Amino acid sequence: MVAALALEDITVTFVSRDGGRYTAVSETTLHVAPGEFVSVVGPTGCGKSTLLNVAVGLLEPSAGRVRVFGEPLAGLNRKAGYLFQTEALMPWRTALDNVTAGLEFRGVERGAATSQASAWLQRVGLGGFGARYPHQLSGGMRKRVALAQTLILDPEIILMDEPFSALDIQTRQLMENELLELWSADRKSVVFITHDLEEAISLSDRVVVLSAGPESHPIGAYEIDLPRPRDVAEIRLTPRFIELHTLIWRAMKDEVLKSYAQQQRQ
Amino acid sequence: MRSSSGSKAALRFWQVALFAAFLAIWHVATSPTLLPPLYFDNPHKAAFFFGEPFKVLARTWEWFSSGTIYPHLWVTLLETMLAFVIGTVLGLGMGLWLALSPIASALLDPYIKALNSMPRVILAPIFAVWFGLDIASKVALGVTLVFFIVFFNVYQGVREVSYTVLANARILGASERQLLRHVYVPSAMSWVFASLHNSVGLAFVGAVVGEYLGSSRGVGYLILQAEGTFDINSVFAGILVLTAFALLLDWAVSLAERRLLVWQPRGGETEKM
Repeated sequence: MVAALALEDITVTFVSRDGGRYTAVSETTLHVAPGEFVSVVGPTGCGKSTLLNVAVGLLEPSAGRVRVFGEPLAGLNRKAGYLFQTEALMPWRTALDNVTAGLEFRGVERGAATSQASAWLQRVGLGGFGARYPHQLSGGMRKRVALAQTLILDPEIILMDEPFSALDIQTRQLMENELLELWSADRKSVVFITHDLEEAISLSDRVVVLSAGPESHPIGAYEIDLPRPRDVAEIRLTPRFIELHTLIWRAMKDEVLKSYAQQQRQ
Repeated sequence: MRSSSGSKAALRFWQVALFAAFLAIWHVATSPTLLPPLYFDNPHKAAFFFGEPFKVLARTWEWFSSGTIYPHLWVTLLETMLAFVIGTVLGLGMGLWLALSPIASALLDPYIKALNSMPRVILAPIFAVWFGLDIASKVALGVTLVFFIVFFNVYQGVREVSYTVLANARILGASERQLLRHVYVPSAMSWVFASLHNSVGLAFVGAVVGEYLGSSRGVGYLILQAEGTFDINSVFAGILVLTAFALLLDWAVSLAERRLLVWQPRGGETEKM
């Protein structure tokens, strides 16, 4: 089967203005099957976001290839939706108009776009909030709008860059469950970036661990054979979850310590 | 704690009282009969230099009741509006163009800086020669004043568009044109609105200064005429009318701002569910 998203031998080296070089990601290969939920975990500053930016086409890798359903990627990845870590909604548009934006850019007629967007707002639990501006919504609500804004375009691949890291723990678990529900309704490929191992295990089919930067690369991949459907809060208490957590954490711990030591030195 | 409406009323009272006190002092100090001359040797000299508040108010009233002020006021407001609209459109266009085109921006940078540093009021005589003594020369002066405010704000606004919002719009499928229309322009507009009070004010300044330097109509012309005949009360009446209309314009801008920038958070705002 052709991978939905294939990153092959990706190396990304940044050159700073004073001539310094920094290799964020080195020779990384990652394949994501259609319908597969893959999480990428690693210590802070290990180039997780860089990898995602390469996958969506915002960043061109210094070396390596990106294939989307077998086709080499040129420019932006039109089959991918992207959920940002920070605020990405247009503050001058209402929640509803933010959700319609993608359809509008594609030339979908206004009435059709609006009715589709209302349905999506309904699905993410914001039925009555269409007329609000982003600043009138809470952080969790804004994430839901962003989710609807991305999913309304029905992307084959969904890339998520620590989307829930700014939320409090309750809102976060709620959002994680909703994400799983939306995802299982029609399975897309997901690449989910996080530094939270528990979040990664409870959501994914597979967890990929990256080493500490610079020149970070995958140091392990773990199949998560927990049964679905899952409740992210409950599954954390099952013995198999704890077993997997212990196993992956053992691999990750050294990298986290390495990354911490580096931060201390700076 | 006192209710806020009570303290607000008290504040209004003191503001009015302050104005009344100012008028009273002005009246007493300039009246030829109320005080013996303290500084001037002639009791009428104070009134000659500083005018008399009640004569100023009477003159203002006379202008409005007889209707002689309206054509002049209309000309000044027309010049202000034209200068504001033309200056804003030009500033918006140039700001967007230079902010999105690094080459043009690098090329024109020193000229923009030079034009901005130049005391542009000095262009008024040149505009009078080019465009005549009618409203065109005043509009031109106002435009040069408004343009730079809007231009720099648009330039800043486009430069400060959030990277994430931009990247997100791109990924959602926006073409370059759509980015301009749906991201750059709205973002720049918030900066333009932030400077609206300034630019409307300067459009007004351009109109009045232009009239003052040479014209046949307008409030600035009235002041110039009055000054020529040492009619200091009319000069003050003209200043009073200008101030009142500047405040009115500013209030209109605030109204427009509140309607157009609903999407911007205001401090301490809560909303009824």
